Amino acid sequence: MNTTDVSAFPLRLEGDAIPMVSFKKVTKSYGNLVVLDSLDLDVAEGEMVTVIGPSGSGKTTVLRMLMTLETINGGVIYVDGEPLTHMERDGKLVRADSRHLRKMRSKIGMCFQHFNLFPHMTALENCMEGPVHVLGMSKKEARERSEELLAMVGMAEKRDQHPSRLSGGQQQRVAIARALAMRPKVMLFDEVTSALDPEVIGEVTNVIRQLVAEHNLTMLMVTHQMGFAKDISDRICFFYSGRIEEQGTPDELFGNPQKERTQQFLSAVKEAS
Amino acid sequence: MFDWRWDFTFEILPRLIVATGNTLLAAGLGYAIAVVLGLVFALAQRTPFRPLTIAVREAVEFIRSTPLVLQIFFVFYVGPQFGIRLSPWTAGMIAIGLHYAAYLSEVYRGGLESVPKGQWEAAKSLNLSTARTYFRVILPQALPPSLAGMGNYLVGIFKDTPMLSVIGVAELMHTANAIGSETYRFLEPFTLVGIIFLCISLPTAALIRLFEGWVRRKLGLG
Repeated sequence: MNTTDVSAFPLRLEGDAIPMVSFKKVTKSYGNLVVLDSLDLDVAEGEMVTVIGPSGSGKTTVLRMLMTLETINGGVIYVDGEPLTHMERDGKLVRADSRHLRKMRSKIGMCFQHFNLFPHMTALENCMEGPVHVLGMSKKEARERSEELLAMVGMAEKRDQHPSRLSGGQQQRVAIARALAMRPKVMLFDEVTSALDPEVIGEVTNVIRQLVAEHNLTMLMVTHQMGFAKDISDRICFFYSGRIEEQGTPDELFGNPQKERTQQFLSAVKEAS
Repeated sequence: MFDWRWDFTFEILPRLIVATGNTLLAAGLGYAIAVVLGLVFALAQRTPFRPLTIAVREAVEFIRSTPLVLQIFFVFYVGPQFGIRLSPWTAGMIAIGLHYAAYLSEVYRGGLESVPKGQWEAAKSLNLSTARTYFRVILPQALPPSLAGMGNYLVGIFKDTPMLSVIGVAELMHTANAIGSETYRFLEPFTLVGIIFLCISLPTAALIRLFEGWVRRKLGLG
């Protein structure tokens, strides 16, 4: 990833709208293993896109690249109209410096499969850390915002507890509040229910449902909860070996899948559940 | 068989107690240097600047692979040939501090590596600065698993302070030896030195375990 001609990766305009997230011919490989093969994917502002697919299909990599936790080997990712891991200089795209990366990262929030809360901080401190020390907010303001968000995810009463005293579902709800406290434009949910006991999955999915219903956030989600994905997504992308094999509205993709691999995957999932 | 003289014992005890103060001071100062410098060594080995990481790693390996007493002699006797004249105390503190810093940096390295990768990723996704990530997120979690090793080396540095006697630091061993040379009685001073070391080492090890539990609770790590 050295210099790249900007014109080779035009940020496509659909009418007036620039997509909030746009992958342009993005390639990712580890040695000889190609994880993503020239991926093109646009996500509109306020859209909820769910990525499904067998393990190893590259779906989690899509989210991790957006959060800049993985580098990309080729192509360009645009977020909110700007290249994510590149900067434009004299009509060329060059590798972004850390200041640009920090600016771009501030537009994105992520929730992880294993929550990744800071274990030595209370729920409230977890939520306040970013607003105070990254956004430069006063402690009072950050506390108010964090308490509001903890109340929204139903964790107001547990705000002074450390993560070790919380159940998985509770920890994940705190993690969602923590990510939202940074006011991201794009939220990424990476298998956020996969590590949870079945009986607490609902408390996390309900929070995400509420976010979809009440907020105009752009969201990308990787999940194995097909029913949940069907309910709340605007669009489903089925990934197969580093490519989008098929995509469409939940009704299209679950109701009438066109490709054989999609049909096989969905019937295998149905049998398992 | 035993020719133990109690009157002599009580006569030399005050001198040994004063020297114990020096031993504790040497161990404390040396350890303070080692705790800070060890962290610098550990963090330096994690920077993306390869020449620095390699240089520090090799230096740590070198220090760990050569005897402490040689390092003490080297700083004190070889230093002046390069125009670096140090008092026994200064030379001793530098040598023992560096020596234990090398060992502690390995303890810290283990502690740092025990922090799950997800913690780094969460810090990054919240856009925390590198310094903030280290000091607020990673190091507090790397500390509890390092405490047992740090405690072992605290007792270790304390027991190694007699080596400073070779360059004339007036700690316990040096004083006991001096008493022996003056009076031709070695039984009482060296026995007392052993007892004093034991009386300090044993409770220290227990206190470290209590401290470890306290830190874990304080950090909410249960």
